[in-house]
Amino acid sequence: MTGARLAFSMLLRDWRAGELRVLALALVLAVGGVSSVAFFADRVRQSLTREAHQVLGADVLLTADHAWSAKWREEIAKRGLAGAESMSFVSMTRAGGEALLSAVKAVTPGYPLRGKLRAAPALNAADAETTEVPPPGTVWLDERLTAALKVGTGDTIELGGARFRVAAVLTLEPDRGVSFMNFAPRLMMNIRDLPATGLVQPGSRISYQLLAAGGREEIRQFEQWAAAQLSRGERMESLENARPEVRAGLDRAQSFLGLTAMLAVVLSSVAIALGTRRYTSRHLDGYAVMRCLGAGQPQLFALFAWEFCLLALAASLAGCALGFAVQNLVAWWLAALVPGSLPQPGPAPLLQGAATGFAVLLGFALPPLLQLKGVPALRVIRRDVGPPRQSALALYAFGFAAVFALLWWQAGDVKLGSYVFGGFAAAFVLFAAIGYGALRLIGRFGRTGSASWRYGLANLLRRPRANTVQIVALAVGLAAILLLTLIRADLLDSWRRRLPPDAPDRFLVNIQPDQRQPLAEFFAGNRVKQPETFPMVRARLVAINDRPVGAADYTDERAKRQIEREFNLTYLKDLPEGNKVTDGAWFTPQELTMGAMSVEFGIAERLGIRRGDRLEFVAAGQATFSAPVTSIRRLDWDSMRPNFFFIATPKLLQDFPASYVTSFRAPAGDAALTLRLSQAFPNITVIDVSFILRQLQIVMDQLIGAVQLVFLFALAAGVLVLYAALLATQDERTHEAAVMRALGASRAQVLGALRAEFAVLGLIAGLLGSVGATAIGWALATRVFQLEFIWNGWIWIAGPALGLACIVANAWAGARAALSRPPMAALRESA
Amino acid sequence: MPESLQPIVQATGLSKVVSLVDGAPGARELAILQDIALEVMPGEAVAIVGASGSGKSTLLGLLAGLDTPSTGSVRLDGVDISGLDEDGRAALRARLLGFVFQSFQLLPALNALENVMLPLELSGAKGAADRAAQMLSRVGLAERLRHYPKTLSGGEQQRVALARAFVTQPKLLLADEPTGNLDAATGAGVIDLMFAMNAEARTTLLLVTHDEAIAGRCTRLVRLAAGRIVP
Repeated sequence: MTGARLAFSMLLRDWRAGELRVLALALVLAVGGVSSVAFFADRVRQSLTREAHQVLGADVLLTADHAWSAKWREEIAKRGLAGAESMSFVSMTRAGGEALLSAVKAVTPGYPLRGKLRAAPALNAADAETTEVPPPGTVWLDERLTAALKVGTGDTIELGGARFRVAAVLTLEPDRGVSFMNFAPRLMMNIRDLPATGLVQPGSRISYQLLAAGGREEIRQFEQWAAAQLSRGERMESLENARPEVRAGLDRAQSFLGLTAMLAVVLSSVAIALGTRRYTSRHLDGYAVMRCLGAGQPQLFALFAWEFCLLALAASLAGCALGFAVQNLVAWWLAALVPGSLPQPGPAPLLQGAATGFAVLLGFALPPLLQLKGVPALRVIRRDVGPPRQSALALYAFGFAAVFALLWWQAGDVKLGSYVFGGFAAAFVLFAAIGYGALRLIGRFGRTGSASWRYGLANLLRRPRANTVQIVALAVGLAAILLLTLIRADLLDSWRRRLPPDAPDRFLVNIQPDQRQPLAEFFAGNRVKQPETFPMVRARLVAINDRPVGAADYTDERAKRQIEREFNLTYLKDLPEGNKVTDGAWFTPQELTMGAMSVEFGIAERLGIRRGDRLEFVAAGQATFSAPVTSIRRLDWDSMRPNFFFIATPKLLQDFPASYVTSFRAPAGDAALTLRLSQAFPNITVIDVSFILRQLQIVMDQLIGAVQLVFLFALAAGVLVLYAALLATQDERTHEAAVMRALGASRAQVLGALRAEFAVLGLIAGLLGSVGATAIGWALATRVFQLEFIWNGWIWIAGPALGLACIVANAWAGARAALSRPPMAALRESA
Repeated sequence: MPESLQPIVQATGLSKVVSLVDGAPGARELAILQDIALEVMPGEAVAIVGASGSGKSTLLGLLAGLDTPSTGSVRLDGVDISGLDEDGRAALRARLLGFVFQSFQLLPALNALENVMLPLELSGAKGAADRAAQMLSRVGLAERLRHYPKTLSGGEQQRVALARAFVTQPKLLLADEPTGNLDAATGAGVIDLMFAMNAEARTTLLLVTHDEAIAGRCTRLVRLAAGRIVP
């Protein structure tokens, strides 16, 4: 192991001499960036999953239309899981002269297992989290029920055959979904009081819930067991079918995090590629000397390979430690913003960080090391002989392969990985082509001005390859920084705008045609912004392309349920906001007269409907209608607007009896508005989604906070790329400045020439960076996140300005190094 | 043949021809060295002199096995190096040769002591640090062990290079214009030191120089002109 020991000594010596600092820093930051993103993403993912479980109120939620047998409770206890139960049904609640249909939920202590209830001592009073459930003999009513029954805390209400004292106002229930079953106001009670009400009778429509929570592995096993045990009328709620609107937000956050981590990988790779390029070029002479001193090629290759492996190991360890520390800091900072603590991360990010360090370093360092083998020992006598020149593509093929593998791993999907890799590769090639072309143009035509200026411009052409590499690296670094600052803010704004603070929180259904005008007047009188109303016709899908369809035609449970139910169809001339046609085109004037239909993507997939199919529906009163499908739409399920699976042309449906549906935002603090609305329009059903909306906004704020913080790491990697790019040509420039000085150039002339050269490089790189950031931002917004892209004018000023600033700082530092010492010293060092 | 009577360097019919245009068929060729025959006996100090471009450094490179001849052969200590591959020649260099170069060729990332230790470490020799420190003290740099090349003067750097060349106790020292990068006074000091160490270690010396005064201190002089040895 003398090789390893000598390699270790060489590593220490190189480190002490400052030869490895840039490379090690690049590597530590790369591993630190990737692992902190991975650590943090892991914790956020766990937290998001936990958050999502709050939506269920448990890790596993089992629902049945009959009471659960004892074996289920025993199994939960036997597996060491936490358990709770609830029963839900609809019943009349009475107080004084008032009576109202309410959604009753009777719960056991411990409910909910995930998430917290919030309750207030009185209507419109400040609420707080609670771990209690209503004690026996008491009930908690939500704001709507409290207002409608005109009761306060301490008053008595009647439910079935029993009387209860109102103990609190229930303000937040984590697991309350936007189901039409839940439109009635909530009454929550203790499950022990249920027999006294006499409401649980054979044949009563009651839903029985069994909740379980515990460790990840235990839950997974329990889910497996439960899935095999479920019988008729029993089902297990998954996150998928629980809350599509929360799911959409989580997916988007996951994509943001994943892409940020991928960006960090690419940026780190660029920094490391530049770092190893500099390292090997600085070690050419040392290699030749050692050959001359009698070291064999295999020995030297092993020596450098060991040194790089040790470096990768040390930097990976340091990077992982840094990543862990930083993500802890971030979690601590985030803790102040969001109540509740993030779960501890698992060990996978450590592996990911270390693997990234080794793959990127060895991928980019081994080929130049192999190239060192071609360095002739004769170089010690004749400096003009160097290693044989290889094309950059061959040299970095290994590195590219490593980056591709990492992207694939990070994306967890070969298609997305290829997409991102291909995008970056195309950007690199394009940047290189444009940069090279621009250099040649400027070199050819920009030959006027002072001697310094002309000399500087001539330099651009003298090293077109090296300068192009520098332009590409700078442009990539600048694009990343612009993307992560300006474009990121725009993307997040665009995301946040999908759920603005004034997003609708009440749905109104069953509005009769003649009520639309009085309803508009009611809104105007109550300071509510006029919402758009949509006609709604209920109809059942009976045939596709003249072939009758029914539950028997589908295997998917949801498809079976949906095909048996009536759908809510609407008819519109224009494509509603938040809808996007992905296949076909929106109704043409001809289709508007002939009759046509647009179908939502998800339901089309589930029911096997394609564009061009002819759908036949049966509406109320057995009237049938049919029309061809002319477009498939995707829509924002998290938009809080009425959304429709099927939209028809007005001509097709306008003669059918229709009711209208709308959504609006209730003014804050007006708990009685819904009550006044119900009194004025008794037939209209008010669905209150303020609970869910509030929760959704909390989730979204948490997600955006997390995403922003993860961005910082990629930003650091971007800055590092800039640094490495600038350092890449520093030796050469220092030498040139020394030669100029030796030939009698004044300080001003040396600086002038450097400024001319760097100004051009900086401007080209800056402009390319702006183009790159805008293109990536546009692609991310429209292709990945389905968000609206906002053009940012500042980027066109910020890019070139930032490019110039970097380059000027570098020119200043490089020139200072060259000018502050006698030219002989600089010349001798680089001889 | 007894060892002392066997030449340590023996070149026969040595030529080096390069094509002026890389790889082009029918390209013009340039003979840098032609039909060189040279024998150096153990203990000799031989100076190769000639004008710039006369082929001195090329000859040194061929004799050291750093380059391969177009025709002819080189035997080092009785071993025909044309029969060895690149790694075989490197192993032979490690066993036999010490080098001093015009541009010093110290590794910038290593301090003086480490530069001298390097050949010992590469051959896996024991006590590298002690032997290197002793050798540096012999060249008068005992106080400068931890200094990096860039903080040493040209003369000091060449003395470190001398220490590195002698630390492996080579049989043959090859020196390529060792004072080429030094002023006259410093150069003279380095040459004095080199001859003194050569005498102490009883090393054979093969020196390339264009300085007739330095050449005059050697036991034999080989003059090159236009790639040939001239009388």
